[in-house]
Amino acid sequence: MSGAGQANGVPDVPVDARGWPMYEIFVRAKRGLNHVHVGSLHAADDRMALTHARDLYTRRNEGVSVWAVRSESIVASTPDEKDPFFEPSGDKVYRHPTFYDIPDDVPHI
Amino acid sequence: MNDERISLALGEEGPDDARWAFGTGFEDPLHGVATAVPAGVDSARLAACCAALADDALVTAQRLAEWCTDAPELEEELALANIGLDLLGQARLLYSRAGQVDGTGRDEDAFAYFRGAADFRNVRLAELPRGDFAFDMVRLLVLSAWRLALFERLACAADPVLAAVAAKGVKELAYHRQFAAEWVVRLGDGTEESRERTARALVEVLPWTAELAHDGASAPFGADGGEVWEALSDVLRRTADAAGLSLPAPAKAPAGTGRSGEHTEHLAPLVGELQSVAREHPEARW
Amino acid sequence: MATAEQAPTGPEETPVEPAALQRHFDETIARDQRIEPRDWMPEGYRRTLVRQIAQHAHSEVIGMQPEGDWITRAPSLRRKAILFAKVQDEAGHGLYLYSAAETLGVDRADLTERLVDGRQKYSSIFNYPTPTYADVGTIGWFVDGAAICNQVPLCRSSYGPYARAMVRICKEESFHQRQGYELLLTMMRGTGDQRRMVQESVDRWWWPSLMMFGPPDDDSPNSERSMAWKIKRHSNDELRQRFVDMTVPQAERLGVTLPDPELRWNEERGRYDFGTPDFSELQRVIGGEGPCNEERVARRRKAHQDGAWVREAAAAHAAKQTSDRAARQEAAA
Repeated sequence: MSGAGQANGVPDVPVDARGWPMYEIFVRAKRGLNHVHVGSLHAADDRMALTHARDLYTRRNEGVSVWAVRSESIVASTPDEKDPFFEPSGDKVYRHPTFYDIPDDVPHI
Repeated sequence: MNDERISLALGEEGPDDARWAFGTGFEDPLHGVATAVPAGVDSARLAACCAALADDALVTAQRLAEWCTDAPELEEELALANIGLDLLGQARLLYSRAGQVDGTGRDEDAFAYFRGAADFRNVRLAELPRGDFAFDMVRLLVLSAWRLALFERLACAADPVLAAVAAKGVKELAYHRQFAAEWVVRLGDGTEESRERTARALVEVLPWTAELAHDGASAPFGADGGEVWEALSDVLRRTADAAGLSLPAPAKAPAGTGRSGEHTEHLAPLVGELQSVAREHPEARW
Repeated sequence: MATAEQAPTGPEETPVEPAALQRHFDETIARDQRIEPRDWMPEGYRRTLVRQIAQHAHSEVIGMQPEGDWITRAPSLRRKAILFAKVQDEAGHGLYLYSAAETLGVDRADLTERLVDGRQKYSSIFNYPTPTYADVGTIGWFVDGAAICNQVPLCRSSYGPYARAMVRICKEESFHQRQGYELLLTMMRGTGDQRRMVQESVDRWWWPSLMMFGPPDDDSPNSERSMAWKIKRHSNDELRQRFVDMTVPQAERLGVTLPDPELRWNEERGRYDFGTPDFSELQRVIGGEGPCNEERVARRRKAHQDGAWVREAAAAHAAKQTSDRAARQEAAA
């Protein structure tokens, strides 16, 4: 990297020689749906991430809205945390519609 | 999924398939557009305008295609191809319109493949050989900003087909301009090397902008040369500012204009390559 | 490099008995469920996947070259647009696959280095030249058709990110195969020269396409383990057979002859019998002696090197923007 950054009085941030940072891409396929994770890509900056996402994940008209999130900004549960995170609702069957027996002749439910 | 059927139709992924809504929503941009030439529109001029704008697009797409497999990053392969494909799409619609109204009934391929280089009317900036990434981003910025300014005005042209093609193209070109401007800013601001290359690209590209100031082909259809030039200059000024570059006073380009059929030595080889297979098999069907 | 979908970083995060982890992994595979990036996985599974996905990604990227050269010369504007879009898709496939590989804790820049250094391979099919435009059609029909046979089962591969990438890719490959077959159909309806061009191209590509499925099962050392892990779902020979069964009727419909005198319908098996490809040729091409090996890798290496200043410039600009923003926030505080 050149010393151009320093010349502007900006500290010289080392460029990651391994390439541009990674972004996770989320696409809203159509109105009324959630954004869904579709994959990742590399971009030097946020603007570029959106541009690339458009070219890579929506070039066949799939999608009305795109989110790009720096992969390192995502906070994720780890597999061994699975129990406290995901078990509690396991015994709360009443949360699920199939818990309720509805007579067959009740329409639209 | 049942992979026992190695079928070509991979449509049955299940209920969450909405996320992979591939290939939907494509429309014929000319659907429902009247094709008769309105009274008061000069057919010969209309054909010349359409063909010239198509030539700009085809020649630019051809240069962009030369980047294929050579882009600086895989993501840029996708981006450059998208831009090339948009321009190719514009060229096809415009050639078809030209053939429809010039009385010859020629199709898009007759224009692209069976005219000589001397019959092309693209601006010369489009035909200059591919340079480094800085050169091609500066060139793309100029060409897309100029074409966007033209198309914004041509969207109100008296001819409904030209107007429809221009209206569709505006959205595409706004993206091309944005893409190129962002790159010029990144490269102008980035490293010492990229700054030097971008400054050099401006020196190389700007002389060829003079012929963009007077486009006799599109002027009769509402693209006022003065306004278009002002819009282009404004984009260049603002982009150069953001990139921390100064716009050099352009040197003078060689006399002549592409619109009048006076080209650089670079067009003939480009057209030769474009047409090589089609001309080798003139009777063939593709 | 941090990725959201990444393998666990160290054993300190998973203070569970290795045997229990292995058991959990084995059970997940046995239940036909997917392994996801942050799950524990045996090192061999991870290494096998990285190798396979990277090779696959490299194949997509190198595979752009033999066809990409024809974009500027495509004989009609319609064909030009189709081919441009197809080669673009291949770049996209490369990206999907590199992303899947990156969830295993490697990064793309590293994989690219390994490709351009010749340390990692790509499909040997792309080391054959494309001297005529008919080759664009034949590649779509044979090479993408073979890819579909290989890849449709991979949509159920045990590794989640790989399986999901394959779903996307398979959908696009079906466009690729169809455009190839349609080009050949159109050419067969054209001039005698064109028909000869198609047959000549089919003659050249048939055997290399059969070799895309890899060596015969009794000579494929890694296959068995990949199948046990459900990374792979079918053996090389089974997939090769499926490809032949799928392609023969298409060839008849097209009016071309497949260059194999042993090719005939076997009533008893309900499948086609066919000759054995010259696998010594496959070994030679894999070993670097194919007609275009050097050229393909050299070109990829040059593009990567020529683009270095652009990638650096973009990263430098982004870094300046970040520190500018930080400085402004500090001043405002």
